[in-house]
Amino acid sequence: MGRTTRVTNSIRALRLARGEMTQAELADRIGVTRQTVIAIEKGRYPPSLETAFQISRVLGAPLEEVFQYPDPGTRR
Amino acid sequence: MAFEERRLWIHLAVTVIVPAAYLVFILREAQDTAVAEVAYQRPLLTAAVASVIARIVLYLTAAALWPGYARLRDQRDREIERRGDHTGFVTMSGFTVIPLSLTLLETSYFWIGNTIYLAFVLSATVSSAVKLVAYRKGF
Repeated sequence: MGRTTRVTNSIRALRLARGEMTQAELADRIGVTRQTVIAIEKGRYPPSLETAFQISRVLGAPLEEVFQYPDPGTRR
Repeated sequence: MAFEERRLWIHLAVTVIVPAAYLVFILREAQDTAVAEVAYQRPLLTAAVASVIARIVLYLTAAALWPGYARLRDQRDREIERRGDHTGFVTMSGFTVIPLSLTLLETSYFWIGNTIYLAFVLSATVSSAVKLVAYRKGF
């Protein structure tokens, strides 16, 4: 299943770097389902700004490090 | 699979199975008489009530089987629901042209009542299908 948003993210890498935090643990800490975390990681669902900030805070990384958005005209 | 997705499968199954049973009943009754002459009122109401009861029972059963998941409903669930409901509403609105036309043409109540019921069924089916695709493929 392909990506449905231009927003990319480094959540998986950051989770693994933060003591191999599981998707379930991240989901629990930001108050969403594990399926939502999976969808965000795979680029199938762009999170709200609030959820993005929560993820960033839990992973202890700035928002720009967790989420990226390509410049206009850049192909995915 | 998210609990909301399980709930949707239940919703879709009931939405398809109950009207299918109703259709089979009507077709059997129509063997002995003209379709528009079939006494459809009681079976139609029974199908509508059966759908509601079946959904409630199955939702409660699912919630009992997966108690932890049942409480959690997040922003993605709400966005998917909104998108599906909107599509269902558009389907319903578009399809309602048929019973409205039948009413203007003063056709039998059988066709008017049953096309309205069909509009509800199609609306619920399309709405559930859109939500399931959103859960599976994203949006």
